Amino acid sequence: MPAIGPIGTSALVACHECDTLHRRVPLRRHALARCTRCGALLYSPPPFSAQQLFALVLGSLLVFMIAMAFPIVGLEVQGTRVSSTLPEAIWRLWDQERPVVAVLVFATTALFPLLELSALLYLLWHLLHGRCAPGFARVVGAVQALRPWGMIEVFMLGVLVAVVKLSHMAHVIPGVALWAFGALTFLLAAVVSFDPRHLWELAEDARP
Amino acid sequence: MNAAPGAAGAMGTSAAAGLLACRACGQLSRRPAADAPCRCPRCGARLRTRKPQSVARTWAYLVAAAILYVPANILPVMETRSLFGTQKDTILSGVAYLWTSGSPELAVVVFVASIVVPLLKMGALGYLAWTVQRGAARRRHERSRLFRLVEAVGHWSMLDIFVVALMAALVRLRVLAEIEAGPGAAAFGAVVVLTMLAAMSFDARLIWDHGRHHD
Repeated sequence: MPAIGPIGTSALVACHECDTLHRRVPLRRHALARCTRCGALLYSPPPFSAQQLFALVLGSLLVFMIAMAFPIVGLEVQGTRVSSTLPEAIWRLWDQERPVVAVLVFATTALFPLLELSALLYLLWHLLHGRCAPGFARVVGAVQALRPWGMIEVFMLGVLVAVVKLSHMAHVIPGVALWAFGALTFLLAAVVSFDPRHLWELAEDARP
Repeated sequence: MNAAPGAAGAMGTSAAAGLLACRACGQLSRRPAADAPCRCPRCGARLRTRKPQSVARTWAYLVAAAILYVPANILPVMETRSLFGTQKDTILSGVAYLWTSGSPELAVVVFVASIVVPLLKMGALGYLAWTVQRGAARRRHERSRLFRLVEAVGHWSMLDIFVVALMAALVRLRVLAEIEAGPGAAAFGAVVVLTMLAAMSFDARLIWDHGRHHD
């Protein structure tokens, strides 16, 4: 394999969307660098420190557990009460012989968000101890690959639409997981504002 | 070399400067002389000047999505069984139900997410792939912005799938009413996934490449 020398991350940056080279300039907090040719986001300073992100991810995981374990909404019709958690809803789709839909809902609302949060927690735990996690590159790659497929915020809107539709048929009782999903939507929006590429900068600081 | 980086203001592309930008971590590397496959020295990801077969892949996913779009809209996504018989709802009749039952705001939200967004995505990606293939040089800023929009709104089309999943989970009062997900839901979910894959396959940098033909 031919030798390729890295030319220093801090010196230049190529636009992700039009490939134009720019010289990196230091940015103030909350400032963004945009491409001079196409206007795409070039880079921005990390919105959180490793400690802050770790706390945020840990909090998100706890809220995620609550959102999975408790009923989202309940229905009351003539004294009978029915409620459902997200895993139960997914199981029911599977039971109705809709495996494609069941797998899709499972992956986008449960599995992928859980994997992404766990991967971030693992990477940050090691970074906070001043070292690179084993398999660092692969795990960062997994976070980047999973990110577009996590759809908790869309699911949250789906819950609201379903609640309105169901309220025409029966009395709807909001469940614990409804509030948990609401909180999770905000927590994940904050987590996602952290570009996984910043992990490489943190890793370089961690390396001796 | 006139395209060498460092000339203030007029910096070209990384490809023209003999550099490769890593898609995973952003690191720039010098391109080796031979066209041998190489990896990012920092993160080990495969380095390529452009995504391979980008336009052909985008078309393939788009065609598949367009084919499945037909059953996704014709077949019912939700089947309601009650004392009064079975009612089958397609995506569009679900929107109509929301509109007539006194929730026009939500009808608009679902209409945008389930009808407008998938059509916009397929139309926009088709337009982008076609103009790139023709080597069009006009309206680059607009096309660039269009692509960013398509990427940003893509996953919101999954909305109706989640609504159906919840309705089916909750309405299971054997005597009174029961709701099941219909075959259209699977087709619709597949359309959303395929259009997202189409957007991911498309290399936005092709919009800005001058007069070069790809794939």
